[in-house]
Amino acid sequence: MSAETKNIAKLDAEAMTLESVSMWRTAWRRLFRRRSAIAGLIILGVLTFIALTAQWVAPYGYDQVLIGKEPVKARQAPCIHLLGCPKDQPQHLAGIDGNVRDQFSRLLYGARLSLIVGISTVSFAIVLGTALGAIAGYFGGWWDTIIMRVMDVLLAFPSLLLAIAIVTVLGPGLINALLAIGIVDIPIFARVMRASVLSVREMEFVSATRALGGNPFHILFRRILPNALTPLIVQGTLGIASAILSAAALSFLGLGAQPPTPEWGAMLGAERNQVFTAPHLVFYPGFMIMLTVLCFNLIGDGMRDALDPRLAHVS
Amino acid sequence: MMIQYILRRFLASIPVLFGILLVTFALARLIPGDPCRAILGEKATEEICARFIQEKGLDKPILIQFGIYIGEMARGDFGNSFRLGMPVTRLLVERLPTTVELSISALLVSMIIGIPLGIISAVKHNSWLDVGTMVWANIGVSMPVFWLGLMLAYVFSLLLKDTPFWLPPSGRLSPGVADTPFYQVWGWTVAETGLIPGILKFLGRLNIFNALITGNWELLKNAVTHLILPTLALGTIPMAIIARMSRSAMLEVMGQDYIRTARAKGLRWFTVIMKHAFRNSLLPIVTVIGLSLGALLGGAVLTETIFGLSGVGRTLYEAITARDYGIVQAFTLVIAVFFVVINLIVDISYAYLDPRVRLD
Repeated sequence: MSAETKNIAKLDAEAMTLESVSMWRTAWRRLFRRRSAIAGLIILGVLTFIALTAQWVAPYGYDQVLIGKEPVKARQAPCIHLLGCPKDQPQHLAGIDGNVRDQFSRLLYGARLSLIVGISTVSFAIVLGTALGAIAGYFGGWWDTIIMRVMDVLLAFPSLLLAIAIVTVLGPGLINALLAIGIVDIPIFARVMRASVLSVREMEFVSATRALGGNPFHILFRRILPNALTPLIVQGTLGIASAILSAAALSFLGLGAQPPTPEWGAMLGAERNQVFTAPHLVFYPGFMIMLTVLCFNLIGDGMRDALDPRLAHVS
Repeated sequence: MMIQYILRRFLASIPVLFGILLVTFALARLIPGDPCRAILGEKATEEICARFIQEKGLDKPILIQFGIYIGEMARGDFGNSFRLGMPVTRLLVERLPTTVELSISALLVSMIIGIPLGIISAVKHNSWLDVGTMVWANIGVSMPVFWLGLMLAYVFSLLLKDTPFWLPPSGRLSPGVADTPFYQVWGWTVAETGLIPGILKFLGRLNIFNALITGNWELLKNAVTHLILPTLALGTIPMAIIARMSRSAMLEVMGQDYIRTARAKGLRWFTVIMKHAFRNSLLPIVTVIGLSLGALLGGAVLTETIFGLSGVGRTLYEAITARDYGIVQAFTLVIAVFFVVINLIVDISYAYLDPRVRLD
């Protein structure tokens, strides 16, 4: 082989590697062009930082009762020195909760839970959903009919009600609530995966792999799954948002996280009858839930537009 | 063609209905503990339990039990609530109107505000109005229903006390407001049980409907003021979703050539938007409205809890936490069947809106 052909081969290889990253790179670039997506990423960054550093950043422990330690009363309004709260009083940015704990610290610890909740439920649902969707789409026939009918039945119940029903069977608690939300979310991912499988199953590159003797798992994971990644990523990000919202709702109803867990929905639920006397105990946890859900929604929407070339012309 | 399509969709929903029956049936049997005490309460004695198990056929093979269950449900016999000591059907007639009123008003508000907002944002693409609507819509879909509800109650019932904007924080009616059902106003005699009396009672408990047909304006005003806050709380998320979907559907249609042609041949902008663009973007909008109804029913659990309304959602939630399985089974079933019917209606309206769908 002459030096020239070697060079050409090298160039070719370079071109190919460039091409294979370029889709993700353009997607990233498009994502960063959208102000709303950047806002989402910034919020997510801050929340992740808080979640990772809660035990150092938080002025108090999440279950530290301040009776006898500081001159504070239960459900005392926020005291912020910068906003004119007397300097001789201890500073509590988000007030004191019903059990005389610093709510600001509890809110910080809550970020950790919410992120774990969102990501773990969606991971669970994605793994099971894609597996079921892949089997239904790839093998077709009876597999398809049975799996997709079961998914239809799951979708026939309003998701929150189904989650409540599942938690009843399993018993209340954070882990069971997560499991319930994960189960309820499975059909979404199964449908996305099945649709992707159906759209590429009969394409030449899949037939070629089959002709070369690739086994079904190889075909599914190496040939078909990469094509389904885009919708799965988008759906997954948006799914995290709705999972956090559902988990908060379950905890609000007393079916999810149990005290003294600093879960935002549970914190809000515990103090909901105090909304007229101590609004800060309802406002802050709910605001944090909204912010977290908002950031995943913004990122998800941004990713959908960034990864979908058809939408390139629309804003 | 159309009738064939409707029939096909209808047949396709039968397996789903069957599955729903299976799930509600399984629900009551998956619960830990023995079914007798689950249904009759913890205090049931051995003899009562033995008789109950025999009466309900709980000692029979599981398949026969399922058959019995389907028979009961088909006859509309939902059994009794051990906790409230009344037939579940009567409870349904009593509680369903609250939820129906709330969901319908929330859906109407979200459509009446959401669709025009979406259209205007698409037409005025990238204007401050568009940006504002989308920022608001993004916040709207991320809002926890229970938080929004409590904050609305705080603002309108406490901060705006002693102003004309004050709104009641809970209940369906103020104490003392007469809500005599229309059949009593008109002097009809209605039997205690039966299908027709049940329907009449159900309609009579729809306060706004009742007030309108009997001309009871005080009742109407009171019912509406009580409905505003729950409606806003429940309607905001669907409103945001509908606005977003209307906007993106409109944007997609408006970029197409025939819109430009319609404009070029001299049609008014308004006609083009409403007749050419909007009609063609209806399909995704209808889909998302159908989907929102599910979220609405879930949200009703939270909204009813916050605003002290005893509707289906709250009753179901209380029944679940109290393990009142008679109610759980029946109410879950009713909601799921309602949901399937909505999906059927959405499918049929597809075919009406887009004739191509009928051919699949």
